[in-house]
Amino acid sequence: MRDEDIAVVEEMECVFSRPEALTDKAFHYCPGCTHGIVHRLVAEMIDEFKLMDRTVGVCPVGCSVLMYDYFECDMIEASHGRAPAVATAVKRTDPNRFVFTYQGDGDLASIGMAETVHAAARGDRITIFFINNGIYGMTGGQMAPTTLIGQRATTSPSGRDERLTGAPIGICELLSSLKGVAYLARVPLTSPKNLKDARKHMRKAIRAQLEDKGLGLVEFLSTCPVQWKMEPIAAMKHIDENVVKVFPPGVFVDCVGDLQK
Amino acid sequence: MEKVHVEVNRCKGCGLCVEFCPRHCLELAAELNAIGYHPARNHDAEKCTSCALCADMCPEGAITIHRKKRSKSA
Ligand SMILES: Cc1ncc(C[n+]2csc(CCOP(=O)(O)OP(=O)(O)O)c2C)c(N)n1
Ligand code: SF4
Ligand code: SF4
Ligand code: SF4
Repeated sequence: MRDEDIAVVEEMECVFSRPEALTDKAFHYCPGCTHGIVHRLVAEMIDEFKLMDRTVGVCPVGCSVLMYDYFECDMIEASHGRAPAVATAVKRTDPNRFVFTYQGDGDLASIGMAETVHAAARGDRITIFFINNGIYGMTGGQMAPTTLIGQRATTSPSGRDERLTGAPIGICELLSSLKGVAYLARVPLTSPKNLKDARKHMRKAIRAQLEDKGLGLVEFLSTCPVQWKMEPIAAMKHIDENVVKVFPPGVFVDCVGDLQK
Repeated sequence: MEKVHVEVNRCKGCGLCVEFCPRHCLELAAELNAIGYHPARNHDAEKCTSCALCADMCPEGAITIHRKKRSKSA
């Protein structure tokens, strides 16, 4: 084709807008908090897989406790840490549903650890979106099982001491030994390139459920600028420089495979 | 129509879009929006390529991106 054949017409097309699965309501999160990014990615996936009519989301307790206000699909509020148990019940009662949970590290890795591990061990066909920001955001910045050694929190004011409180728990490392897990990956939310990887992982964690393979989980290395007492951009740099050393990104389990082209 | 539309009163002035714009054409305005933040705005639409990286990093879903449609004509 010759260049002269292409006339650039001043007509505009929309290439990026809010996903349909999000309501219009403004998020209540602090400026720069990555909860908002993951909300949008989850909504994009519901749109992309055309799952709106059959999705049930299960909300956690934590900063994202009100997330049911932000999604157009059906949502249930679970008590603290119990989202995988609630999701299991929904999925087993109505297997045609797409069921996801959205949980922070206090919710999933602390009070809800038993529910997390047993849902994974049973291989329940649910998809878990795990927000690891290394702290309890909602309640004022207490130490989480994922808090880094030396990191200050209101309950570790001089920095987390391994002798006293143990070392951070890597959820992906822990769950990767369980046969019921069909997809498991960890990704930092620190650049457009990483968000692209996040979408790839989310697609597979969703397919793990839709193709009846097992439980899918994506861990997002997230920021909590307010409780970390950092500017949003510095918080992302902190993940890239420090958090990834303790929680290395990557795919831990993949029984889903690639789609045929 | 603007390439980058920031929904001013959804923006919390976090600066992530400014940081991740590869063409450096975003800035935070000096004035405050209705919810008390300095909203982002595109100060150099000429340089903007409608790549949407800013919108991708926005935690508020506040940015909509349009680009010129390239259409073939005889
Ligand atoms: C049974 C019960 N125990 C304790 C709490 C208090 N609580 C509310 S949120 C929270 C931790 C939230 O941290 P995380 O899951 O990391 O989410 P974030 O707020 O960081 O997004 C705790 C302990 C509660 N609501 N219910
Ligand atoms: S406290 Fe932390 S996790 Fe909670 S909304 Fe604020 S920045 Fe986000
Ligand atoms: S669309 Fe791309 S070039 Fe334009 S303001 Fe956003 S990041 Fe910058
Ligand atoms: S990323 Fe979004 S909320 Fe943050 S300054 Fe830019 S438009 Fe505003």
